[in-house]
Amino acid sequence: MTRGGKKAGRQESGGPEFKASMSTRYGLDKAFTALVTGAALVGVVVLALLLADVVRDGSTMLSPEFLTSFPSQVFPEKGGIYPALIGSLWLLGLTGLISVPLGLGAAVYLEEYAEDTRINRIIEINISNLAGVPSVIYGLLGLGIFVQLLAPVTGGGSVLTGALTLSLLILPVIIVATREALRAIPGSIREGGYALGATQWEVIWSHLLPRALPGALTGIILALSRAVGEAAPILVVGVSLYQTYVTAGPFDGYMALPTQIYDWISRPQQVFQDSAAAGIVVAMVVLLLANSFAIWLRNRYQQRS
Amino acid sequence: METGKIREERRLSGVSKDQRDVRQGDDGAPPGEAPTLGMKIEDLSAFYGSFKAVTDVSIDIRANKVTALIGPSGCGKSTFIRCLNRMHEVLPGAHAEGRVMLGDQDIYAKTSDPVNIRRRVGMVFQKPNPFSKSIYENVAWGARINGYKGDMDELVERSLKHAALWEEVKDRLKESGHGLSGGQQQRLCIARTLAVEPEVILMDEPASALDPVSTQKIEDTMEQLKQSYTVVIVTHNMQQAARISDYTGFFYIENMGDPGRLWEFDGTEKMFSNPERKETEDYVTGRFG
Repeated sequence: MTRGGKKAGRQESGGPEFKASMSTRYGLDKAFTALVTGAALVGVVVLALLLADVVRDGSTMLSPEFLTSFPSQVFPEKGGIYPALIGSLWLLGLTGLISVPLGLGAAVYLEEYAEDTRINRIIEINISNLAGVPSVIYGLLGLGIFVQLLAPVTGGGSVLTGALTLSLLILPVIIVATREALRAIPGSIREGGYALGATQWEVIWSHLLPRALPGALTGIILALSRAVGEAAPILVVGVSLYQTYVTAGPFDGYMALPTQIYDWISRPQQVFQDSAAAGIVVAMVVLLLANSFAIWLRNRYQQRS
Repeated sequence: METGKIREERRLSGVSKDQRDVRQGDDGAPPGEAPTLGMKIEDLSAFYGSFKAVTDVSIDIRANKVTALIGPSGCGKSTFIRCLNRMHEVLPGAHAEGRVMLGDQDIYAKTSDPVNIRRRVGMVFQKPNPFSKSIYENVAWGARINGYKGDMDELVERSLKHAALWEEVKDRLKESGHGLSGGQQQRLCIARTLAVEPEVILMDEPASALDPVSTQKIEDTMEQLKQSYTVVIVTHNMQQAARISDYTGFFYIENMGDPGRLWEFDGTEKMFSNPERKETEDYVTGRFG
């Protein structure tokens, strides 16, 4: 401390009252950096281990035929994931078609049109809370409304019913994300539009939606990923654990990746365990591709604005 | 009745016949051609909810002249100017009362459509607010939604030229409006306002966020604009008001919490050299505000 104290004192502080030691401050700085890096690594490492484990287990089953074959109990080593894969793609597409316009519309209404009344505030709070409701509850709701009440329209336990149920599940997430994105647009943009003699719709369509879309897409990506990964709600509304045909229309029955994986994993034989692992890999690739597409879309919009 | 007296004084000082003739001489406008009326505002009051922000403003805006509105912060200038194209009521809970005649139409009449009024009375805001679109689209959009069927390229070029921006952007019309400097963005906002061919242009402190060079360009633009348009500008900058305007209105609040009023209105030269009221003189000479 005494050694070079005078020099250090002159370098480290503006006056005699400033006594903090730089080495302590930098030490804390480094410690904190290590802490947050560690936190980030935990997630990455665990995920990587999980992935490696799944890929190793599934490697015996993974092949082009796995993608194009029906699951089989007689020849399980020749079974595949084809109907579940197609079913999940149907779910993904239909859920997107239903939930994205509804979610964007509801968000635009709540953010741009709704007056600040008691009823609207109650609606807002409820939508936020709905995002936290367990997914199986949505399944029960879907069972009551789409499978039973609206059976003449939805065809009962069809892929359309599954998509409608999943749409309910993810609507709150899409609405909340889109509202955040709309709220981030400065009011001056709206005023600039109105001042040119634009109607509210013209301002929303030309200026607000394009600007809100990148933010909204982030929410949509997360929500759709969650929907495709869900097993509980579609189990309740009638996903097939086995069917002999491939889903070809919205009123057909359907299989899905998460339920197929769940079915395999509950069987004791090693070959089904391996099939489940291979199914997980397929499911992850589907999600990865869907997300990449959405991120590409988002970046394209961000560049334009 | 203090208010009645004020209004009487204003009427005498602001819009009397001989006053106009004096101004005519100053402008060097052809003698005998009386300035026509752009907008006539009668007893306009503006509210935020139940709070009255501006009270009983009566003022005649001359066509093809620049009318500047000055006064200390928070005295209702911006609120007032936003009432002239029904932008005030866009804010939640805000409304205005009184009459604002644009030609022979009261813009606050039941039959008046605010969307149509805003096309006829354009507005440039304090902070440049270009749309997240290309420079070309920023200018063309307003004209397109208003059903412009003419040559759009020609309209965009003419509007940008009028706003003194054409030379700087003609080679990058497809680039985003956000890539421009603050001053260029503001001139882009002026250009898009011109593109819908309004009769009156309102400017709410259009240069307050800009550097002196950009401000100069905006002021030059305004000088050009009054050839074809009626311009009303709110400004904090008294030199600016003195430089560019033909008429000046001084807004003032006597006591905290009172609504803002138009304290005095007259030809700019008179307002800055020999105003009738002490508060105006104190303000324009920089004694407060």
